[in-house]
Amino acid sequence: MEIKKFAVSSSPHLHSGATVRQAMILVMLALAPAALFAVFHFGMYVVAILLTGVLSAVLAEVAILHFLKKPLATVFDGSATLTGLLLAMNVPAGAPLWMVAIGSFLALAIGKHVFGGLGYNPFNPALVGRAILVASWPAHMTAWVGSGLMTSATPLALSRAGESLPPYSDLLFGFKAGSIGEVAVLLLFVGGVFLIYKKIIDWKIPFFYIGTVALMTWALPARGQVGYFAGDPLFHVLSGGLMFGAFFMATDWVTTPVTKLGRVIMGLGAGLITAVIRLYGGLPEGVTFAILIMNALTPLIDRYTMGRRFGVR
Amino acid sequence: MGSLRVFWRGLLDENPVFRLLLGMCPILAVSTAAINGLGMGLAATAVLVASNILISLLRSIIPDKIRIPCYIVIIATFVTMVDLLMEAFVPGLHGVLGIFIPLIVVNCIILQRAEAFASKNGVFLSAIDGIGMGLGFTLALIILASIREVLGAGTFFGLTLMPAAFEPMKLMVSPPGAFIGLGLIIGLINYVQNLREVRRRA
Repeated sequence: MEIKKFAVSSSPHLHSGATVRQAMILVMLALAPAALFAVFHFGMYVVAILLTGVLSAVLAEVAILHFLKKPLATVFDGSATLTGLLLAMNVPAGAPLWMVAIGSFLALAIGKHVFGGLGYNPFNPALVGRAILVASWPAHMTAWVGSGLMTSATPLALSRAGESLPPYSDLLFGFKAGSIGEVAVLLLFVGGVFLIYKKIIDWKIPFFYIGTVALMTWALPARGQVGYFAGDPLFHVLSGGLMFGAFFMATDWVTTPVTKLGRVIMGLGAGLITAVIRLYGGLPEGVTFAILIMNALTPLIDRYTMGRRFGVR
Repeated sequence: MGSLRVFWRGLLDENPVFRLLLGMCPILAVSTAAINGLGMGLAATAVLVASNILISLLRSIIPDKIRIPCYIVIIATFVTMVDLLMEAFVPGLHGVLGIFIPLIVVNCIILQRAEAFASKNGVFLSAIDGIGMGLGFTLALIILASIREVLGAGTFFGLTLMPAAFEPMKLMVSPPGAFIGLGLIIGLINYVQNLREVRRRA
């Protein structure tokens, strides 16, 4: 439907057969192991949160398209479903369902449709929804729970407080407190590699994002510490939402640079901001705001890294 | 131009906030509660009407080259009066609005009406223009402030509106909430206006 509008050239072209719908289904498939692990780790309540997120996102999409008198066909491309799933995976496992529903609705309404719908949004819609929830109900968004919905602090918060940290194996496999989607680091990594293999996402953004965070957290002393090159990069790579953000949020087609160099800059910038917030900021985690800030810079990055046309100096 | 037309223009078609995007600083800063919006709006209206009248009276005396400093002196006089009056009679509201009352001096709406209207029109029309524009500013402030107060605190003019189970959306009373709320209102107004124009053409 949208394709017809852009079919203007005369040369013979081949359509690869790739559709938005296929890509969205592959991303959801890549997220599935981490989501299933969350259900196993936190309990059945996670299923209710995920369903609430997805259903309210789809309902919001239908309602908004109806209100704007736009064709309802884009409901079935899976983008709203994915936004709802991503948002639901971005809240603590004990989050109230009404909050997830509001977050999903606002992600679609303020994150996507006020800018003109899919493809026009400057910011990742799911992260806009998450940022609104964090700013609106900070108590619910930081009520971290671990296995079986028992209250417990996230590894990054423990690290801030100077308390003893869980072993690396727990961080890697996901036996810790945190957002629904972020805990199963290994499964997220496998899902991310699957998406790179399927050419849905570019390896550059996650590689440079995670690499920069590792380098910075190793090289720079955290607040209250002295001595350079003494940090714990492995801990920072395995905690918080870094793996989730780097593979599934910072690689969104719409809101990230299209040029190769631009994607490297996107990864470096997001890594830099994340590391600075984690080491020196007021919050223990900075992935959300790092990606949102880099989303805002994306048009500028694209503009300065765009290749020159042949023959133009 | 008829006086009624001048009055309604300030309220709707040329609403200083929603259509001309003037006076953004106080709009964004004091619209956290409806009562603040009302107080700020009325204070600015009083200054606007008085300065419009005086500038219109003096419009043939003020030399063209130094008109802006002259306007500012006149506006600053009235702002000082309003500031002192509010401090004396409504100290609570004065305390909440704080620096934004003296800052009415540099509110673009007031200077813009002086430059664009009062310096070219008679005293009566200038007074009507001041009332229309001032009430338009007040209306916009109250609309935005009501939305922010109801969603962000669950109250309206200080009265509890929402049921006890309602958990206030803190974002709306914080600065980003002002930008998001104002942007959505302006977007909605533009959307409705576009619809009307499309319908008129069809």
